[in-house]
Amino acid sequence: MTLSRRKLIGMGAAGAGGLLLGGCDRLNASSGFRDSLASAEGLTMRAQRLLMGDALAREFTEREMSPSFRVNGNSKVEDTAYRRALASGFAGWTLRVDGLVQRPLALGLDALKGLPQRTQITRHDCVEGWSAIGKWQGPQLGPILAAAGLLPEARFAVFHCADAFDGKPYYESIDLIDAFHPQTILAWRMNDAPLSEGHGAPVRLRVERQLGYKQAKFVMRIELRATLAGLYGGKGGYWEDHRGYQWYAGI
Amino acid sequence: MAEQSHGTNGSPRGGDLVRRHGWLTRVWHWFNAVVVTVMLMSGLMIFNAHPRLYWGHYGANSDPAWLDLEKVNDGIPFPGAVTIPSAYSLADARLWHLAFAWLLLAALLVYLLWTLLSGRLRREIAPLPAELAPRHLWHDLREHARLRFPTGAAALRYNVLQKLAYSAVLLVLLPGIVLTGLGMSPAMDAAWPWLLDLLGGRQSARSLHFLCAFALVGFFLIHIAMVVLAGPVNELRSMITGWYRLPAEREDRA
Repeated sequence: MTLSRRKLIGMGAAGAGGLLLGGCDRLNASSGFRDSLASAEGLTMRAQRLLMGDALAREFTEREMSPSFRVNGNSKVEDTAYRRALASGFAGWTLRVDGLVQRPLALGLDALKGLPQRTQITRHDCVEGWSAIGKWQGPQLGPILAAAGLLPEARFAVFHCADAFDGKPYYESIDLIDAFHPQTILAWRMNDAPLSEGHGAPVRLRVERQLGYKQAKFVMRIELRATLAGLYGGKGGYWEDHRGYQWYAGI
Repeated sequence: MAEQSHGTNGSPRGGDLVRRHGWLTRVWHWFNAVVVTVMLMSGLMIFNAHPRLYWGHYGANSDPAWLDLEKVNDGIPFPGAVTIPSAYSLADARLWHLAFAWLLLAALLVYLLWTLLSGRLRREIAPLPAELAPRHLWHDLREHARLRFPTGAAALRYNVLQKLAYSAVLLVLLPGIVLTGLGMSPAMDAAWPWLLDLLGGRQSARSLHFLCAFALVGFFLIHIAMVVLAGPVNELRSMITGWYRLPAEREDRA
């Protein structure tokens, strides 16, 4: 069997490709290598925060809205207490705000609707790559946290949700920079109608400068914490704990 | 026909071993070869997560897509042989992509600044107006199509087709892929609203990102073909050690 130069080059390329792939998969499994890759997240967050300051996410006009806004994540909640509350139109339901606060709050849906409202037409960006533009209305999170009175150690707002994946509860968290951003709202209304179950009734977080998985649906409780360590997997969210997604989802 | 009159005054001629590429060019080249490969392969995995492309600000499953590969290979159009990691994982692909993006950006900034400040960008990479004259372009195109590459001292400079290709990569495709990547970031869209306007929306940014990536793949294929045709050992040596043997002048000018 004679080997032409072309064949040799082809074999070389295939061999290099195989080595590269095998090598990448081995690196992908190495925790040390993953840790160095993950260190880029902090750099990205600092750089983006530096560049954007407290800039607002773009707000669109009604004409620019998506004709249909797809449901993502859990479209239905199994929890029986949630189902009872949903059936009663969340009449006796309350959103708890607790943890590192001076005055824990229990806010009913009417109380949330009674607070000064913000309406914003913004783009929702899924980590998968698609985007949808919708209209959201609800009270800003900042004044609610201020009303509860943060204790000096409070650094993160954790959103405990009614839904779960494979029995693992959904939760998300943001730091106080995003919590007090003017566009961070607890939306109970979407596209001029009360939030549907699929979109996170009764209340969903909107944190407009981050990706879709941060926009926690079915929010039942907001817990103020000094650290994310010690809570579930310690990484600050369901997707972070179980699937390895970044906690800072600005890109 | 009169291009063989070199060498009389000590200037290099065909057969001479000459310094062709400086160390920064060589380091940048190989660093990029690795980084761009990782970016492409992890990017293809990220694309697999939603294999549809749109124009404008929004775009999801019920919106019209200009490219829809959802039916290809059970919705995973790019197979494990060309993705990082090889088994489906959007999270892991993002881990790679968003870390290596910093390396790509840092190296690009260093190289762009260096070529700009040293004058190499203008002297060696950007095409001269005379080279862009249709007659000159046509001549070089014909010579390339006949696989007659510059020889002797003429091979010390990039010809106009090389200049156009390298300018496109350095000044359009690489900066373009960085900017379109940033244009997909909700945080960057808040920080730089002009970027969103420039690109025409986040889904346009995603489409352009994909097109830039495949333009770079196209460059890579032609680049490799040219290296092979021009003499892979000599070309590889020049990009590793910097030393390049000038191709001998052709004697049979027909």
